[in-house]
Amino acid sequence: VKPGSFAYLAPRSLTEALDALGEDATPLAGGQSLVPLLNLRLARPELIVDLNGVSELDYLSVDRAGLRIGALVRQAALERSAVVARDWPLLRQAVRYAGHRPTRSRGTVGGSVAHADPAAELPAALLALDARLHLRSASGIRTVGARDFFLGPLTTVREANELLVEIEVPPVPVGTGTAFVEAARTHGDFATAGAAVVLRADGGAAIGLLGVGGAPRRAVSAEYAIGGGASFREAAALAGELARDDWRRALVAELVRRALEAAAPMRGDAGA
Amino acid sequence: LRIVVTINGRAFAGEVEPRTLLSDFIRHGAGLTGTKVGCEQGVCGACTVQLDGEPVRSCLMLAIQADGRSLRTVEGLADDRGSLHPLQRAFQETHALQCGFCTAGILMSIEAFLRECPDPTESEIREALAGNLCRCTGYRGLIEAVGLAAAELRPSTRPATDPPRR
Repeated sequence: VKPGSFAYLAPRSLTEALDALGEDATPLAGGQSLVPLLNLRLARPELIVDLNGVSELDYLSVDRAGLRIGALVRQAALERSAVVARDWPLLRQAVRYAGHRPTRSRGTVGGSVAHADPAAELPAALLALDARLHLRSASGIRTVGARDFFLGPLTTVREANELLVEIEVPPVPVGTGTAFVEAARTHGDFATAGAAVVLRADGGAAIGLLGVGGAPRRAVSAEYAIGGGASFREAAALAGELARDDWRRALVAELVRRALEAAAPMRGDAGA
Repeated sequence: LRIVVTINGRAFAGEVEPRTLLSDFIRHGAGLTGTKVGCEQGVCGACTVQLDGEPVRSCLMLAIQADGRSLRTVEGLADDRGSLHPLQRAFQETHALQCGFCTAGILMSIEAFLRECPDPTESEIREALAGNLCRCTGYRGLIEAVGLAAAELRPSTRPATDPPRR
């Protein structure tokens, strides 16, 4: 099917883009989730604001606050980045499961977060990394933690006049091990469930889950259990409790256990 | 809206609406019907082309977004004299297609994949092929073809290796 008619605006600057946003406008980044919805006519926006010409949003930079991912950074750029592979390996581990290489050429990290598909990989990974999301509107800027950003399927705290302009990922301490594991019918298909795990050298853990509800979720009780010395199997079972059906509880527990075991060997001595 | 898109080195101009998909511009505007349209939701991969060298789903781009850009489609793989690209030859040799509807998209995905990953393992080949649906071959011939093409395309200074084993 083809999209219905819409008006189209391709701003060249962020200011111009923010001025165009509002109730009837839909921002278009990589289009790998929005264009299917347009083609299926599940989305019928009056106005598409195409962000692809706003080159000031296309940056991947590192400073003391951590990694800064501009709204237009393609998933393929995240996948190819040497600094991401070295210092934020969980993002590289997760992005390789996001769609396929041809969809990652266009798909953006910011788009994946703002779209908030419950099966998406990057939101779960960014949740485990305690990312901070910067939202801007014509009238101001605000910063929301990943834990507070996602409300449900395709629903976030972003207002219609706001744009997710940057994702800030804090530095990962030396000696941290990370892993991403998911279950999908085929590689690149929508995941049934998945787990993004961060295991710090001091024994602390962060676990982001996808597929246990309408939004990505932290497995807080499992994190506490690991901090308190529980085995990976015990902690994973607690993470599984968050899922609704028996089969999904078993699946999530198994994925979390595998992710913890994959992350553990990469964990090193904090003093090293 | 008037756009000009370079496809396989030739400029194609046309009138489009904002909602015109790039896949439709390629087929109806430029008349290049080698690119196929399957699901129109980014799942099947049949419409995959290369935008400035990178593989993309042409059904998930608006034609207007390609204005001034450079595209390569399956028609651009063979050389000017019509000799097939090594990847196309490998498909022929290993019977990696039957009805052919998915083939153009697979060729454009995999040609880009082999530039990024010239010496893939079988599991890397399987992962790369997962983005394109084929309902005839069962993928065995496809995996063999990609391995054969990779060996063919690697610089000859490196020792040739066998295509991956099944």
